[in-house]
Amino acid sequence: MSDEDLKQATLDYTLRLGDDALVLGQRISEWVSNGPFLEEDIAYGNVALDYIGRARMYYGYAAELAADGRSEDDFAYLRSEREFRNYLINELPRGDFAYSQVRQLLVDQFNTAFLDRLVESRDATLAAIAAKGIKETRYHLRRSREWVLRLGDGTAESRRRAQKGLDDLWGYTHELFEPDALEQRLAKAGIGVDTAALKSQWQQAVAATLGEATLNLPQEDWAVRGGRTGYHTEYLGHLLGELQSIYRSYPGCRW
Amino acid sequence: MTRDFFERQRRREQSPVPELWDLLDRVRDPELPVLSIWDLGVLCDVKQTGEKVVVTITPTYSGCPAMETIRSDIERVLGEAGMRRLEIRTRLAPAWSSTWISPEGCDKLRDYGIAPPQNQSDLTPDAGLACPRCGSADTRCISEFGSTACKALFQCNDCREPFDYFKDI
Repeated sequence: MSDEDLKQATLDYTLRLGDDALVLGQRISEWVSNGPFLEEDIAYGNVALDYIGRARMYYGYAAELAADGRSEDDFAYLRSEREFRNYLINELPRGDFAYSQVRQLLVDQFNTAFLDRLVESRDATLAAIAAKGIKETRYHLRRSREWVLRLGDGTAESRRRAQKGLDDLWGYTHELFEPDALEQRLAKAGIGVDTAALKSQWQQAVAATLGEATLNLPQEDWAVRGGRTGYHTEYLGHLLGELQSIYRSYPGCRW
Repeated sequence: MTRDFFERQRRREQSPVPELWDLLDRVRDPELPVLSIWDLGVLCDVKQTGEKVVVTITPTYSGCPAMETIRSDIERVLGEAGMRRLEIRTRLAPAWSSTWISPEGCDKLRDYGIAPPQNQSDLTPDAGLACPRCGSADTRCISEFGSTACKALFQCNDCREPFDYFKDI
């Protein structure tokens, strides 16, 4: 791979990571003023902010790599649904509280493993973003893990909801561990992370928590893929519509 | 005093522009006005080459909204002191840690009613932090996430007052 190819691949990869962070951050920010009680409302606000901050770092770096005048805002606000490359699990509607917490557990556990590898990236900026992110993600994981234990091993109703959330989400986790050609190339180059290698570690950690929470590990009987190729669920367009409308309606507006 | 803080302090003490560091002590964290950006560990370095001043800062948490205010306050303070050519750089590595807060900063936090970080590189304890108001260790964590990204919420079982804890990270 020439230096120029590698730079372009790193840019594309950085945008994917930015998309994951922005879309999940935007999605869970919907809990602000809708949390079951004040502390959880605030907790979700904090976690969302961490993700949106992370997205800014990735997009800022992407802008630096692109060096064509585009800014972090352009990446966040001026790309359409098909140009976003986030994993589908990040865009799914927030559902009920149990569903959101189960998603956080699955994603936080993934991010813990992922960022732990990305800190070793040969790309100094990606490594720095990961080193910052992993500290925050450990806090996120502790919270989602405790909630899944409490809901799973709670009342009949909380258990039912947590199990349903898990069953509804499980099929979206497969694509997290299926790196495409670009991700494999970057992993070989020591820049990206080979997520296929994270799967057993992730599964073990998730299964341990689910076991403790008395939840059943879902069957591997369905999988939805498409986030990394830009084929999204119907929900992403609506999310982006809300996220981008001001910026697109008032181009160049400052306040 | 932590090693991280010690190294930052040495950078300040050996700096050829101590007056600029002193000026920047006027820039405060907007959410924690008792702390300067020096106390907080956000101010990493100050350099002057000819007329140009380069200030390097680092964010506490990825999405901390205080960073925007801190940047504009740095511009204002140095601008008022006649510095016209200013560059503010954001440095991500090494990642900010609560161990960077100055010992004076920890005292100021406590006086302000916020329990300072324990710096045991552990996650937040469930109980046992000293209450910044009455000193009792009979306290409990109410929420790992508080009014800002850097704080958790505690309550003292003795004086019954809730208080913030500046988290280890």
